[in-house]
Amino acid sequence: MVDPAVGARRTAPALRETPSTKVAIGGLRAWFGSKQVLSDIDLDLPALRAIAIIGPSGCGKSTLIRTVNRMHELVRGARVEGRVVVDGHDIYAPGVDAVAVRRRIGMVFQKPNPFPTMSVGGNVAAGLRLNGVRDRAVLDAAVEKALRQAALWDEVKDGLDQPGVALSGGQQQRLCIARALAVGPEVLLLDEPCSALDPIATSKIEDLITELKERLTIIMVTHNMQQAARVADYTAFLYLGKLIEFDRTRRIFETPTQELTEKYVTGRFG
Amino acid sequence: MDGPTPIFPTDAPPPSGGPLGSSAQEGSPRKGLRGLLLRALRGRRLGDLVFVNLTRSAAVVVVGLVVGIVASLMISGKPAFEAIGSGFLGPEWLPGGQPPRYGALPLVWGTLVTAGLALLLGVPVAFGIAIVLSELAPPVVRTPLSIVIELLAAIPSVVYGLWGIFILAPFLRDSVYPGLQATWGWTGLFGGAASGYSVLTAAILLAIMIIPTVSAISREVLRAVPVAQREAALALGATPWEVVRMAVLPYGRSGLFGASVLGLARAIGETMAVTMVIGNRNAFFSSLLQPANTIPSVLANEVFEASGTHLSALFALGIILFLVALTINIFAQLLLLRLRRRGAHA
Repeated sequence: MVDPAVGARRTAPALRETPSTKVAIGGLRAWFGSKQVLSDIDLDLPALRAIAIIGPSGCGKSTLIRTVNRMHELVRGARVEGRVVVDGHDIYAPGVDAVAVRRRIGMVFQKPNPFPTMSVGGNVAAGLRLNGVRDRAVLDAAVEKALRQAALWDEVKDGLDQPGVALSGGQQQRLCIARALAVGPEVLLLDEPCSALDPIATSKIEDLITELKERLTIIMVTHNMQQAARVADYTAFLYLGKLIEFDRTRRIFETPTQELTEKYVTGRFG
Repeated sequence: MDGPTPIFPTDAPPPSGGPLGSSAQEGSPRKGLRGLLLRALRGRRLGDLVFVNLTRSAAVVVVGLVVGIVASLMISGKPAFEAIGSGFLGPEWLPGGQPPRYGALPLVWGTLVTAGLALLLGVPVAFGIAIVLSELAPPVVRTPLSIVIELLAAIPSVVYGLWGIFILAPFLRDSVYPGLQATWGWTGLFGGAASGYSVLTAAILLAIMIIPTVSAISREVLRAVPVAQREAALALGATPWEVVRMAVLPYGRSGLFGASVLGLARAIGETMAVTMVIGNRNAFFSSLLQPANTIPSVLANEVFEASGTHLSALFALGIILFLVALTINIFAQLLLLRLRRRGAHA
């Protein structure tokens, strides 16, 4: 039931040593108004790995990653309880500025959302400009670096002043990844980044995720179990707002300990 | 059949018919008006037909009205154009003079300056209101604030004029203009004796009058900005104001521009309130504190006393106003086109 290609090129080379924890989620609960969407999530996410969050629609996957950069609370009536500790600092501790948290944790959304009035370069530089970077040379260098990291540089280097929305869907999504990378985040959140893309664009993003996790921790929500199996080192399975199982991806797909997980990954529900 | 092609042709079997529903094809087609009507009803085409033709005739009536109005203006204004000719380009509008003078340029100037200044003063405030209403204000404040703003639009312009004459103009004359003259007098824009009834007073009043229109449309424009755009900025660590500046305003810029153009149209056409506070002096002005006049307010002031060439000249003024508005509209459309092309979205 697991894609036979999993063992090949795209899996991480080494998972032997136990990596240090980058994001520690503890007792996390989240609501939309009076509706509880996450209950008591405890999850230690390792550094420099790609972690997939899977589960049927409405299980709270997106909410979970949106609590990691404090985006969840922006929805009217939404609230969060519990801890999300990034590098030893609880981002929900009193006095922590949510804006500052979001500047350190990048996020890419389901549908590519480049700023339509900005050029390719302008989109990538947007985060740096927010941080007050004005120096042309610094911006140019950062734009190139981020676009290279997002595997988009060769395709756009001659058209950096073209509108970002003139790119193809897959390029736009990599542009959004470059925009998130430009500010140098250590954690990158991807909320179903390929759901609006064709298979070729999807495989480019997947390759990119494999490259990027050398440098940063990637937390990715996906609907697509094959995708989780292909790119994620670890997988968390969520069901009805509860964390059912979290383990190395191979274990989740081959020898899950929970019956619910097995049913889901074998396609018997969901 | 001139209506739009129906999705399911009425002669074809209903799509859900399948093999059992083939009886519809077997019966001989009904003839005559009754049959046609029945078939139309069955295919729900009658309602469509009525609706399409109703809306179509509404569109035709509007076009007809515009053509008719312009044509009658031209016919009535023709004698004046023939009699006065280049006299319309003169520096003074003095129909009672010896000889009468019909220089329209000071009036065009007055119309453009008051409307432009109103836009300059009113649009930033209106945008600010729209941003507060759509982005920043808590929901508890939004609704009452919206209602107050919309109330501004419901006040008749003659009431604005009254308020302008008795409250706004004296207030500006006593409390604002002396200060303006003292600090900005050197620019020459605020020279002369300030009576309060002047270009600037009219522009300020007009600005207040266009605020509800511009802010209501701008609010809708800003609300239509996709959540994905706001989230893109938020995820980069933008503060609420930075979200507005980075994502919301740029995305909505063509709509905001459209809102301003509508405000300009209202300012150019406004008659009553302007007439009441502008001072009605039919000559060129260089200081904003001087009295002046606009085309609409000249028309309102003179139309009941005019006859002969004078009356015809007023119709000619109407045509000139129409041309001014048309030119502005064309420029606005061209600008909008350029904005959209660069932004690559509506």
